[in-house]
Amino acid sequence: MRGLLCPDPRLVRRYLENNNMVGTSHISVRNLSVHFPLGRQLFGKPPVVRAVDGVSLEIPKGSFFGLVGESGSGKTTLGRAILKAAPITSGQILYRDDEIKYDLGNIGKEQLKDYRARAQLIFQDPYAALSPRMTVRDIIAEPLEVMGITDTRSATDDRVREIASKCRLNLEHLRRFPHAFSGGQRQRISIARALVCNPKFVVADESVAALDVSIQADILNLLESLRGELQNTFLFISHDLSVVAHICDTVAVMYLGILVESAPTRSLFSNPSHPYTKALLSAIPSLDPDIRGKAQKLEGEIPSPVNPPSGCKFHTRCPVAEEHCRREVPLWRELSEGHSVACHFAEPKPLPENIYN
Amino acid sequence: MTLLTVENLDLQFDTDEGRIVAVDDVSFELDSGEVLGLVGESGSGKSVTAKSLMQLNPSNAAYGPASEIYLDLQHKVVDVLSLKSSRDLEIVRGGAISMIFQEPMASFAPAITIGSQMVEQLLIHTSLSKKEAEVLSVEMLNRVGISEADKRFYQYAFELSGGMRQRAMIAMALSTKPKVLIADEPTTALDVTIQAQVLDLMKDLVAEFGMAILFITHDLSVIAQTADRVAVMYLGKILETGTVRQVIQTPAHPYTQGLLNSLPRLDALDEPLTPVAGDIPSPLERPPGCVFHTRCPKAKPGICDQTIPGLYPVDSGQCAACFALTQDWSGVT
Repeated sequence: MRGLLCPDPRLVRRYLENNNMVGTSHISVRNLSVHFPLGRQLFGKPPVVRAVDGVSLEIPKGSFFGLVGESGSGKTTLGRAILKAAPITSGQILYRDDEIKYDLGNIGKEQLKDYRARAQLIFQDPYAALSPRMTVRDIIAEPLEVMGITDTRSATDDRVREIASKCRLNLEHLRRFPHAFSGGQRQRISIARALVCNPKFVVADESVAALDVSIQADILNLLESLRGELQNTFLFISHDLSVVAHICDTVAVMYLGILVESAPTRSLFSNPSHPYTKALLSAIPSLDPDIRGKAQKLEGEIPSPVNPPSGCKFHTRCPVAEEHCRREVPLWRELSEGHSVACHFAEPKPLPENIYN
Repeated sequence: MTLLTVENLDLQFDTDEGRIVAVDDVSFELDSGEVLGLVGESGSGKSVTAKSLMQLNPSNAAYGPASEIYLDLQHKVVDVLSLKSSRDLEIVRGGAISMIFQEPMASFAPAITIGSQMVEQLLIHTSLSKKEAEVLSVEMLNRVGISEADKRFYQYAFELSGGMRQRAMIAMALSTKPKVLIADEPTTALDVTIQAQVLDLMKDLVAEFGMAILFITHDLSVIAQTADRVAVMYLGKILETGTVRQVIQTPAHPYTQGLLNSLPRLDALDEPLTPVAGDIPSPLERPPGCVFHTRCPKAKPGICDQTIPGLYPVDSGQCAACFALTQDWSGVT
């Protein structure tokens, strides 16, 4: 039954074949669940937080893959599971690049060490992510030293300088401590540290959320140019849809541990098919003062992942939910090429235009 | 006289590294029922400006001699900066002016129930009895859309979700019926869907209570949805003011234009994001002349880096502090 919650592997395969991407998917997540037990109970099983509950997705090589959703939707946990930093309860995560293939549920200690150099994370808050007692040079060099990638100090220094200049850091500042830098510069240091071991896959978890707009634009442009230069694959986790719209090629929308819609960016933004995606898009405040208060509002808040609603998990907040939404889990359906959605209403009956009033 | 008048506000902080200019010659007015948006990057002095209205800045803050803040309370005009004792300051702190903060978890005491915190401030600022204060608090929690308000009244801040906490914060701030509400990034920590709900609620409450709001944010789209007038701040100075339409649709100052160009917009996905060049200078190295000249694409050496521009009128109600708007600009080389 759970298999119905996620994209049919055959559909995914067909999409990849059509786009000449067979074998080029960098990360394949299949029916992944990450559950965290809540304490212990004397009798019976303790309650579980279903942070990720049966997610399947394919991240194509070289893509900028966006993952959006409210806080509590499980997007960070999914990102961490892919980095092998959260426990995999069931399902499979496959990593594949030109040199090597890993099954992350089943990975040895030595292999994991190698995987750490291939997959890296950029954090949200550049103030909390950098040690105040280390110089910028030491911060950026630490992954190289820990993983034993460079042999000599001069080789380490060369690599640090190379990546620092790619991240547009002033090389004269490498001897300073983080407190001397502004938020934007700190985030560039944080990016340089993530990229110094030349990872093929990078998870950027809300990496621009804490920054001012003008710095945010600068960091987004930097990530874009780095991807062109270094050919990495990015998983970009964000709650800000306008940022995702600008930088990502493909976007997946999460709600309460499941994927509700996934599509190429243009297709998702021009034709959102899940009521939740519609609500998210509509909630973005418009820059035009003349269209005030026209947003379609979503009532209530995200339910607890300990006790998720039956049937379609979104039915408690969905303005078009009917009786069978409460009982039946919607199938994951492909609407157009690469655009899939899990909603009873997506087809054959399209959503009415104005569902929130 | 308008409800709130701020004139030539200067504020400096004495620190170990030297004197830091946090607010430099800021003047604005705020009337009842009006929402003034204060926009700027972090470090632009917007929060410090707002906190001066209640003298909430730390003790190393020094107000300039020409700084004046007047609050018109109908029966009397309060000169806020002349208030000294904490008893006198109660007139403004929580009395005539209330504040909503960015992180509601940090602004509720964690070990005291939401209800007793609400009642406590009502007992200080109003003549209500304890019983009446409790009734009013539950009523306010209801009004801001908290379900089962009589139960929430006895809960602690950690038992509420982020959106609920912010609603409770708003309920608490409004229960004393302040004349001015300072909202310091009230929706920044919330999800877009919850942000939309909270903004809607605030709009309703302005209409209902008729108070003035000073809305501080770095998000221009939030400003576009809430404010009537906007002041753009940078390094402690107001660089542009005007109605929300003027500032967002026809920005006059290069900094405002830069901020708007760096916003990712859903209606223009193909346009590149253009960040404002360079980084915001350290407050210890405040640029001479126009504070923005180090990052300004229009800056002319010899003018912008030497003289401080005044606020020049652009349109009725819109002013910007930029020499490029003066008539003899094109003649200067």
